[in-house]
This record gives sequence, structure tokens and C-alpha cells, in this order.
Amino acid sequence: MTDIKAEFEAVPGVDPNAPLLEVTDLHVEFRTQYGVAKAVNGANFRLAPRETLAILGESGCGKSVTAQAIMGILDSPPGFITRGEVRYRGVDVLKLPENERRRVRANQIAMIFQDALSALNPVFTVGFQLGELFRMHRGMSRADAKKRSIELLDQVKIPAAASRVNDFPHQFSGGMRQRVMIAMALALDPEVLIADEPTTALDVTVQAQIMGLLAELQQQRNMGLILITHDMGVVADVADRISVMYAGKVVEEAPVYDIYSRPAHPYAKALLESIPRLDMKGQQLSVIKGLPPALTNIPPGCPFNPRCGYARDVCRQDPPPPPYTVAADRTARCHFWEEVVSS
Amino acid sequence: MFRYFVRRLLQMVLTFFGATFIVYALMFANQDDPLQALAGERPLPENQRQALTELYHLNEPFIVQYGYYMQGLLTGDFGRSLTGRQIGDMMADAWPVTIKLALMAIVIGATFAVTTGVISGIRRGGPFDTSTLVFTLVLLALPIVVLAPLAQLIFGIKFQWFPATAGRDATFFQLLLPAIVLGSLVVATELRVTRASVAENLRSDYVRTARAKGLSRRRVIGVHVLRNSLIPVVTLIGVDLGGLMSGAIVTEGVFNIPGVGFNLFRGIRTEDGPLVVGFVSILTIVFLVSNLIVDLLYAALDPRIRYE
Repeated sequence: MTDIKAEFEAVPGVDPNAPLLEVTDLHVEFRTQYGVAKAVNGANFRLAPRETLAILGESGCGKSVTAQAIMGILDSPPGFITRGEVRYRGVDVLKLPENERRRVRANQIAMIFQDALSALNPVFTVGFQLGELFRMHRGMSRADAKKRSIELLDQVKIPAAASRVNDFPHQFSGGMRQRVMIAMALALDPEVLIADEPTTALDVTVQAQIMGLLAELQQQRNMGLILITHDMGVVADVADRISVMYAGKVVEEAPVYDIYSRPAHPYAKALLESIPRLDMKGQQLSVIKGLPPALTNIPPGCPFNPRCGYARDVCRQDPPPPPYTVAADRTARCHFWEEVVSS
Repeated sequence: MFRYFVRRLLQMVLTFFGATFIVYALMFANQDDPLQALAGERPLPENQRQALTELYHLNEPFIVQYGYYMQGLLTGDFGRSLTGRQIGDMMADAWPVTIKLALMAIVIGATFAVTTGVISGIRRGGPFDTSTLVFTLVLLALPIVVLAPLAQLIFGIKFQWFPATAGRDATFFQLLLPAIVLGSLVVATELRVTRASVAENLRSDYVRTARAKGLSRRRVIGVHVLRNSLIPVVTLIGVDLGGLMSGAIVTEGVFNIPGVGFNLFRGIRTEDGPLVVGFVSILTIVFLVSNLIVDLLYAALDPRIRYE
């Protein structure tokens, strides 16, 4: 695995002692004909090698957009990064020229997507799509690239890799397709892997296999993993830390154990309470009332205030709550976090 | 794949007999006295009339006449035109020039349409896209009966950039203007379909993946998007071949090219039944074969389609 990295020149200016990935005050907006949708409004988090950070939130909270902004694959227009930094080992990749930025993708930061059937090109074999990485980024011949692709398919535990390399995406089952997707992301041995709802399209037993495989590969390769999901169950198993996003903001960031035992933000608390539990069988499932705000019209103050049981006047006014320090490695954007934690 | 191929071939045989039967019936049903038409103004002696009736099986029932005709057709004998010439000889003269013209038209039309369509699809909503929209609307609004003489007048006679007519044994250059005119017949639809297809594919998930793989924009568009976008365009090109054949009738007439369209045009006007049926039969075969090729090509471009 090491030789694949050897001939590759690193991004200029990287500092090996700097944090692996650090996102600071990231703002992304979509300028559409219906107005400006503020999809990400100050996302902050950092990621260390071997660490798994889960970004949790409901649909439309900006988690996928954050991932795309980090990767630099935002559709622009309409999407624009208006503020913030994405530092990989100290280098702000948002400021890199496009050709250097392009080399960061797949080499240092790679991504896997939710629905592998539509995320893979239907008209090329998986061998072509995997081998393309080696041919374009490493200048390998077709034959060498194919050999590498078979090795990769082997590593993600696809049976009969040598023959399946010539198959097309539609000839694979859902779980196998997601393995192909993982192989593609890991091809160039990246240090950061962003998984955008990698198991949402799969059934439960396959979900467990894929998450297990991801965890295994992460340990082997010392990767930092950003896991984007809305599934609290998946998070509890694999994540080290959780960033809960709401209306484009990280409202609470905490180690996984802390947030499950004592959430500090009313939204995180409400999310946890809405998980169905076997020991509460027969009782009414608690839900979060109302809908998340339209991103073109985010309410002043705390964006969660219209749905929040703790909200008071101060929550409905700007400025919105800052990230209060709850513990050493834990923040929450709630004026009344102490009340929430102790309840 | 092989079974599909055989099944398609059998379908083609059926279609061929069906199409020729209908054309034969249409041409001969409203003929009251083809022998008098053959003789023209002169009176036809009774003994000669009898001999000719015998020769052309005119006293037999219609279905038997069709049988005799097909028998001739399948053994390579197209019979004689009412002008007395062997239809087989006329075809040997007409087909090469028409094939040349149609191929040139297809290549010119499709190349222009696909290139322009891809650029418009990428720059959707920009000035280039808007001008191609206007251009295609103008093309769609101009029927070939207007376009062909207009192009001949402007580029052939006024500016004299191209020869105004082509004639027999036309060179590549002489056929260029007619081919452009003929090709423009299919440009508008092919361009719009390419544009829509490229614009749609650019938004697809696999393009996002390709970008996440750190591929250059050129490769994302030239390899990943193009291959997917061409699938509907190839189908359209196959269908357009039929449109080109009908367009060739007018184009060849205007530019005086003695091809298939020219002969058909004359045959229809002079009610020359054997001539029309003969040419249409071959046209049917050309159309069927080109559609079969498109279907096979479709499977080659899109691996999700497997014929079983």
C-alpha cells in the first residue's frame, strides 16, 4: 500500500503536525431564482487520524453540502462558499488553484456516496472506473491499473474479483455496489474519507457488513472518517464524536458517549428521544414538532427556537447563541444548555 | 444476442413483404390501363395488347401478379420501367450517388448537431445556448422545399461558393451543398436532443463521483458524460435516416442529382408503377437494415440493454 503514495508529490505547504482536517466557520449558499438559500451557516469541526466523526442531522440540514464543499464538488453556480476555511494539514484547500485542488481529491480526501447505483457510471465496467484513478493520477498502463483494481475489489471482499472487474455496476447487488464505491474511494490511499449516508440505500444486515468493512479499513489505513448520516443507530456503533447539524449550523459537538447520555442541545435531545426503543413498546413515540426552517428564510436567533420547548425571548433574537463550552471537548449552541444537560 | 438477431431478421422479412405489398397495391390499384399508358398516344393493336397482357400477367388476379412481381424481385429482376429501361440498370446508376449524398448529409448533420449540442448543454442558458436555440427554431421553420432552392440561389448562384447543380458522377465538392441542405433537415432535432441529454447527465450522481475522483473537467465531460449522452442521439440518427430519404427526393430534384429521390420523384409523377415499387422495395430494405444496426449499436453503447 505504501508504494502507491511514493511517487506522488504532496500538496505544497502541508505541515505533518497540523490537524488532519479542520473546518472553520464554513458558509455555503445557493443562489437560486427563488432567493438565496443559506445551506451551511458556520460549520466547525476537526478530524484526527483514525477518528470517526459523525455529522448527524435531518434532511436539508446542510450535511451533504458541507461534505461537497470540503471535496470541492459543489455545483457552482448555484452553490457558493462565501466564508470559511477547510484546512487539510494546515493548508486551506479552498484557496488552492483548481488543478492542485483536483489532486487533493481522491489522493488525500475521498468520498463515498449514498446510492451507489446512480453514483457509478452505468456504461463503464467497474474495472474501468477503478482503473481510471490509477491511470489518471498515477499514469499507470491499462494492464497495471486493472491488476490494481482487482486487488482493491479483493480488499473490499468482493468474491471472484478477477472476473467481476469486467462487470457493469447494474450487475452487482446493492451491497456489492457499495463495496465497489468504497474500493474506488480508497484506491489512492486517502487520509480522509467522507461517507455520505453510505448505508441508507441498503437493508439492515448489509448495512452492518458495510459499516464493519469501513471500520476495518479505517483502522488498517489510519484514516479519518467523516460519517454523514441521519441514522442514530449507525452513529452509536462506530462514531467517536458527533456533530449535530441543524439549519446549516453545528448545534452540538461532543464525544459519542456524552451526547447519548446527556445531550446539551434541545435538538440533539429531541433526536435521541425520537429513537424507537424496545423497552418503551406500546407507548407513543416522541417526535419533533414542526418542520426545519426553509433555508431561504431562517428565523432570527436560534434557528431551532420555533420547535424548541426551552425557547425564551432571548432565543428569538439575534445574535444566535454562540458555541458554549460544555466540557473540554464539547460545545453546544444553546443559551440554556445547563438546563438541558441537567434535565 | 444471437437469438435476438435472428428474431429481428425474421421480423424484417415480414415487414419487407408487408411494405412492398402495400406499395404494390397502391400503385396498381388505381391503374386502369397501364398498357395504353405504355403506348402513350398511339393506338394499341389487339394482338399486341394480348401479347403484352400475357407478358405482364395482367389478366391474372392481383395477388398472383404480386407473386410474380416478388418472384422477379427476389431473383434480382426488377422488371422494366414503363419507359422501357431495365429498372435494375436505373438502380445501379441511382443508388451510388444517393448513398454518397445521404452519408455525407448524416456525417455533416450529426457532427455539427452533436458538437454544438454538447457545447450548448454545458453552457446552458448562456449566449451560445440561446443563439443555437434561435438557429434551430429557424431551421425547424424552414421546410426543405424552401431551404434547398434558397441555398442553391444564395450559395450556388449569388456567391458562387459551391456549384449550383451536381448532375451525374458528381464529385465530393459538387455534392457538398446538397449534403449540407439535406443534413440541416436533421440538425435541429439532433442538436436539441444532444443538448438536453448533456445537460441532464451533467447533473447526475455519477458526474459528481467522477469529479470527486479528481478527474479533469475535460475527462469528466469527454468520457463520462458524452458516452451516456450519445445513447438517445444514436437512436435518433437511425430514425432520421428515413427523413433523409424523403428529403433526398426534393434535394436531388432541386440540385439535379440523378439519384434515388430523383427517379422516385419522376416515377410518381408519370405513374410509373414498376419503377416506384422497385425503388421503394430497396428503400424499405435500407431502412430496415439501418434500424437493425442502430439497435445493435444501442446495445454496444448501453450495457444495461441486453437483447434476449
